[in-house]
Amino acid sequence: MKKSNLLMIIGSFLLLGLFVFPLWNITLEAPQYPKPLGMDIYINKFIGANDEFDIKNINLMNHYVGMQYIPETIPEFKIFQIVIAVMSILGIIIGFTGKYKLFLGWFILMSLLGIAGMYDFYLWEYDYGHNLDPNAIMKFTNPDGSVMGFQPPLWGSKQILNFIAHSYPREGAVMMFIGMGMTFLAFLLGRKEANKS
Amino acid sequence: MKTIIKSFFLLATVALISCGGPEKKSTASKGALSGSAAEKVYVAPGEHDSHYAFISGGFSGQLAVYGLPSGRLFRVIPVFSQDPEKGYGYSEETKPMLMTSHGFVPWGDSHHPDISQTNGSVDGRWVFINENNTPRIARISLKTFETEEIIEIPNSAGNHSSSFVTENSEYVVAGTRFSVPFPQRDMSIKDMKGNFSGALSFLKIDKESGKMNIDFQIKMPGFNYDLSHPGRGKSHGWFFFSTYNTEESNTLMEVNASQNDKDFIAAINWKKIAEYVKNGGGKKMPANYAHNTWDDHTHTATTVMEKEVLVVDPKDVPGAIYFLPTAKSPHGCDVDPTGEYIIGNGKLAAAMTVHSFTKMIKAIEDKAFDGDAYGIPIIKFDAVNYGMLNQPGLGPLHTEFDTRGNGYTTFFISSEVVKWNVKDLKVIDRHPVYYSVGHLMIPGGNSRTPDDKYLVAMNKITKDRYLPTGPEVCQSAQLFDISGEKMELLLDFPTIGEPHYAAGISAQVIKDANPTKIFKLADNKHPYAVKSEAETKVVRKGNEVHIYMSMIRSHFSPDNIEGVKVGDKVFFHVTNLEQDYDVPHGISMIGANTSELLIMPGRTTTFTWEPKEVGVWPFYCTDFCSALHQEMQGYVRVSPKGSNTPLTYTLDGDVPGEEL
Repeated sequence: MKKSNLLMIIGSFLLLGLFVFPLWNITLEAPQYPKPLGMDIYINKFIGANDEFDIKNINLMNHYVGMQYIPETIPEFKIFQIVIAVMSILGIIIGFTGKYKLFLGWFILMSLLGIAGMYDFYLWEYDYGHNLDPNAIMKFTNPDGSVMGFQPPLWGSKQILNFIAHSYPREGAVMMFIGMGMTFLAFLLGRKEANKS
Repeated sequence: MKTIIKSFFLLATVALISCGGPEKKSTASKGALSGSAAEKVYVAPGEHDSHYAFISGGFSGQLAVYGLPSGRLFRVIPVFSQDPEKGYGYSEETKPMLMTSHGFVPWGDSHHPDISQTNGSVDGRWVFINENNTPRIARISLKTFETEEIIEIPNSAGNHSSSFVTENSEYVVAGTRFSVPFPQRDMSIKDMKGNFSGALSFLKIDKESGKMNIDFQIKMPGFNYDLSHPGRGKSHGWFFFSTYNTEESNTLMEVNASQNDKDFIAAINWKKIAEYVKNGGGKKMPANYAHNTWDDHTHTATTVMEKEVLVVDPKDVPGAIYFLPTAKSPHGCDVDPTGEYIIGNGKLAAAMTVHSFTKMIKAIEDKAFDGDAYGIPIIKFDAVNYGMLNQPGLGPLHTEFDTRGNGYTTFFISSEVVKWNVKDLKVIDRHPVYYSVGHLMIPGGNSRTPDDKYLVAMNKITKDRYLPTGPEVCQSAQLFDISGEKMELLLDFPTIGEPHYAAGISAQVIKDANPTKIFKLADNKHPYAVKSEAETKVVRKGNEVHIYMSMIRSHFSPDNIEGVKVGDKVFFHVTNLEQDYDVPHGISMIGANTSELLIMPGRTTTFTWEPKEVGVWPFYCTDFCSALHQEMQGYVRVSPKGSNTPLTYTLDGDVPGEEL
């Protein structure tokens, strides 16, 4: 088997790591939380990152400013699982059939899906941080008078009232990024191999 | 009485002159104020102490948890007394913990804490502590720092020579300080001699759960069994109890119990007796004693009245019990870490008795006896005695040990701690304490492996040592650094009640075992628990009203209740739905003839309220739980007896669980 094909297969296979490892993590730090509150986002569930009751406790904190409870489940959980499983299997099949141009096609499709996923995540975060209960216990406004939102950052760290919110990819996402990188490399390598022959 | 006291003071003066006396107070004070002492006890903000000290609360009936070397008080664990701060002994769930054969006893006199052991070292699983007045032993979990079990000791009075643990936590013992008719009966007090007994009780400890049960009671002669310690290492399998009033007097005992030059240390081969009992030995006697256990799943205590106890007559197990003559009215009975030396702290003697375990075994083989007392062989003094520590000070009470072969003894009358070499029987150092020290504690003291950096002396009198607080002033502990040749006084700190003994352990051992942070709601098996707000409700059963209430930041559910009537008995069964560390909520109700409740996350607790007046009465959270703590409150409407106000309960206008 050509090196490029092997690379494509392994790269696509790495996507399956998302079924085992979390995709993303949001962590909230505050002085009263020597052990910070954290949420691991998997493609099919939310889990307390530092304690099994973290999400319950995040909800309890957030209800003071009128934020909604983090739902037990969201429709994306189903969609993500299907997309990742299909893309991974598709990638592996393409890897076996060995057409390097398809490698690029797969990579572009996966990138588009990834961007769509991130956009979806952003929309949820925006809603989560801005769609506040009008009867919220505490209402904060920005210096310009607009209602303060509590949207966590898409990627990075941000001070939100007494909390510092961190939002970063986790092992599952890292495996996906590496896997996608490998499929792009597979395309480059495959093209080189094709030119040689 | 006065003459006795006077003669003590006289003696004290003589002794001070004759043995050089304690150092002058000014020197000691300078030592304590010196920079190095301050550094040694300074625990920076946010840092942890290196050791736990569990210091007996004495007549408060409780157990206090301190940190060493800082001397900071972290927690008072309610054990034998009601504690309104924590609702202990007030809530329906904890009331059974204080049940006895005499009914509900709201107070106790706690004495000697001792930590469970594995292979001769303290293991940090449980602390045992005895109650003197209504003889009991309690077991406290060092996961939850709560009392899990209290067992009453029948046929006993003044449970003082207790609650010491053998080196693999096989047994914890109870003893009788005030010998009594056994079993109790109506008889003339003056007929005491030969007719009273002193029960020594051996309680088996379950290896997994720690649960205690009285395996056997030895019906000993009617002396006063004052203190005890287990053998260890080579002497493991034996237990040693000091006695006084071998005169068996029953009145003006300060004189009449102080006539014999020597009393005894009773050496008990408990392994032999355990074997005897296992093979069907002993006699089951009717008894009546309470056995109270706490369950962390039902969050409830239950009382079982036990109806019999296995009694062993020493005569039936020859070769299991011996008396070791010991200089006058020994108080503490201490065994060194090797298990070889058994120290009798003869509080009325000029010298301290050091017995040798090896000599004892040989004396028993050689039958080197000097008669018997009620059939129990008395070993010849010279055949068992290793030597005497002469003129060490006045009024020795207790001895603890380091791993370097030294003993540290407290002297009540000369108010000092004396360090001496056990083998050489030579005094090495002495340091005054302020004032009149009773017990002392070296972490891991009752074990083969003392953690010998610190020594805590526990004083009965403080007089001018602290800011005056009226006629009643605190008792106190004094911390010494004993890592060097000379003892160095580092710190004074006040204690609760009277600090009878303490038990210490490296903090790491307990921290590594992950003390409980919350109780999981999912594991809550309390019959009135609610797992969510939707389950909260109010149910009437005749004139009983049961409120299944929840609490979470920052409200109760339900928080508006109507239909309660004068003459009802209202049960508030309150569940804290929080699952976060250190988020307790409290609750109190105006007019309730009980204490507040302080409820830990995941726990259900109950108090009762019998409203006597019509009106609308508020209840509220008593612990500042959150930013909206002040808003955490509710109302109960009380209607006249016989009114037909319907029973309703709501939160924010809705019946909990119904709007969905």
